[in-house]
Amino acid sequence: MTFFYIPKFLKPLVIALGGLASTLAIAETTLLNVSYDVSRELYKDINPAFEAQWQAEQGDAIKVNQSHGGSSKQAQAVAAGLEADVITMNQSPDIDHLAGLGLVAEDWRSQFPHGATPYTTTSVFLVRKGNPHNIKDWGDLAREGLEVIVPNPKTSGNGRYTYLAAWGYALDASGSEAGARQFVEKLFANVPVLDGGGRGATTTFTQRDVGDVLVTFENEAILIAGELGKDKFDVVYPSISIDASAPMAVIEKVAKKRGTEDEARAYLSFLYSRKGQEIIASHYFRPRDEAMLKQYAHQFPAVKTFKVEETLGSWSDVGKKHFADGGIFDQIVVNK
Amino acid sequence: MALSRSYSVLPGFGLSLGYTLVYLSVIVLIPLSAVFIFTAQLTWAEFWQTVTAPRVVASYKLSFGASLGAAAINGFFGLMLAWVLVRYSFPGKRIVDALVDLPFALPTAVAGISLTAIYAQNGWLGQYIQGALGIKVAFAPLGVLVALVFIGLPFVVRTVQPILEDMETELEEAAASLGARRWQTFVFVVLPVLWPALLTGFALAFARAVGEYGSVIFIAGNIPMVSEITPLMIITKLEQYDYTGATAIASVMLVVSFLLLLVINGLQVWAGKRTGRDR
Repeated sequence: MTFFYIPKFLKPLVIALGGLASTLAIAETTLLNVSYDVSRELYKDINPAFEAQWQAEQGDAIKVNQSHGGSSKQAQAVAAGLEADVITMNQSPDIDHLAGLGLVAEDWRSQFPHGATPYTTTSVFLVRKGNPHNIKDWGDLAREGLEVIVPNPKTSGNGRYTYLAAWGYALDASGSEAGARQFVEKLFANVPVLDGGGRGATTTFTQRDVGDVLVTFENEAILIAGELGKDKFDVVYPSISIDASAPMAVIEKVAKKRGTEDEARAYLSFLYSRKGQEIIASHYFRPRDEAMLKQYAHQFPAVKTFKVEETLGSWSDVGKKHFADGGIFDQIVVNK
Repeated sequence: MALSRSYSVLPGFGLSLGYTLVYLSVIVLIPLSAVFIFTAQLTWAEFWQTVTAPRVVASYKLSFGASLGAAAINGFFGLMLAWVLVRYSFPGKRIVDALVDLPFALPTAVAGISLTAIYAQNGWLGQYIQGALGIKVAFAPLGVLVALVFIGLPFVVRTVQPILEDMETELEEAAASLGARRWQTFVFVVLPVLWPALLTGFALAFARAVGEYGSVIFIAGNIPMVSEITPLMIITKLEQYDYTGATAIASVMLVVSFLLLLVINGLQVWAGKRTGRDR
C-alpha cells in the first residue's frame, strides 16, 4: 500500500535522502552481545573498555549492548530471530545449536584461539566457615546425611558441569561406568533443592541457609566468599575438577546483514587482549594469558582439570547420553 | 449449527457475535491450536512416551493435586472472607478488602521469593514450623500448595462477594422464624444461592493454579518425582530445544484442565437449576 504518491522524477532524490538519513542514524555502530546469566558484571566492565579502544584506534564511536539470561534461553532467543552480533556462553552445546541452524559458522571453534574460549573456570565447593563437615573432595559429597546444593543439570550449564565433574571424578576413582553412575546417583540423592540456574542455587545456599555445600563455578564461589560473607564461607578445591571454558562466536548471519562483521570480530578478539584478559581475571575467571594468570596466581590455586571432549566424548554425545529425556540423569533421579 | 437469537430492543447481534468469534480466535484459539499442531509432529508412540514418562506423571499428580487442594482451601476461606467483608463492619474493613486483590498485582516471582524467604528453614515462620513441628514447607510439595493458595485467594472472594451483597437477609430471617436451626439456614438457604458463584471462584482459582509457574518455582525445591510441577517439565523441555516434547505435555495439561473446567461448569449449571436460577 502506498501512503504518499511520489512523482517519478523525484524518486531518486527520495531514495538518496533516505540513504543519507539512515547513514546519519547509524553514525554510531552498535553491537549486541547475547550472553548467559552470571556474566553480567564481567561485560559491564569489558564493554566500555572495548568501546574506548575502538574509538581510539578506528576513530568511530561504537556501542555494545548486552542481553543476559539463562544460557539455553538466550540461544533460543537468537535462534528465534533476536538480532545478536555475537554470542558469549558458558557451554558449547548452545552455540552448536545455532551452528546447526546456520546462524554461526560450522568451524566457529577454530576462529579464535583456545577453541574460541577466551577464559575458563571450573567447578569448586563452597562450604560454611571452618568446613564443619570436613568436605575435601567429590567423594565426601556422596556421604549419607550431607546436603549438597547443585543447580538443575537439565536447565543449567553450571549444574551440567557439576554433574559431569562428579562423573569424571568417579569414573577415574572407580574405573568403571557402573561405579561412576552409582556415585553420581548417591550424590544427587543428597540434593534437597534443584534450582533452575546458578544464581538460584547461590541464593538457596547463602540466603536460605539450606545445604552443607554448594557446588558452583569458581568465579561465583570466590565472589560469594569474598563479597557476601568473608566470615561465613570457605572455598574448597577438589582433587580434580572440570574445565569449564566459556565459548563465544560471531552470529555470522546477523553480522553480515547488519554490516558489523569487523566490529564483532574485533570485539571478540578484544577479550584475548591484555586489557581484556585483565578484566576477565579481575572477575575471577581464569584468563588464557600466561603472564596474566601468573599475576593473579594468588586467587587461582592450581587445580587439576579435565576436558569434557577429551575424557567423556563430544558434547552432543554427552548430552544425549546423560541429559536427554530418559538419559542417565533422568534414570538416576527417577530411581532415587 | 443454527444460530439462535431472542429479539432484543438493542440491535447488533450479528456484529457483536462476529467480533466475539474473531477476538476469541486471535486471542485464544489460534495460540492454543498451535500447541496441538506442534504436538502433531510426534508419532503417537513418541507422544505417549513423552507424556507418560515417570517424572512427567509425578508432576501431573503434584500440579493437579496441589491445584485442586489450593482451590478447595481458597473455596472455604474465600467464602469466609467474603462473608466477613459483606456481613460485618469493622475498622479497617476497606483495607482488608483492598488486600484481597494484592496477590493479583504482585509479580509472581516476587511472591515466590518472599514466600520462600518466610517459609525456609531460617525464615520467620519456617524456623518455627520446621523447628518445632518438624514440617518442611519450603522446598517441599507443601510449599507448592502454599504458593498456589496465595495466588488463588482473590478468585473465590471476588466471585462470592457480589452475590452475598445482593442476598436479602430477610430470607434468613424467614427461615429462622419458620423454625430452621442456624446450620439449616446456612446449608439450605444461604449455600444453595452461593453455590454457582463459589464453583466459579473455585474453577478460576484452580485454572490459575494449574498454569502457575513464577511463584511456585522458587518455593518448590524442584526435586524430580517429588516437587516438580508440570509447567517446570515444559520449561525443562524448552531449554533442551525439545519444542514438540514441551507442546505434547502442554496439550495434555490443556485437555485435562479443559475437562475439569467442563465438569465444574456442569456442576454449576446443575446447582443453578436446582435453586431455580436458570443461567
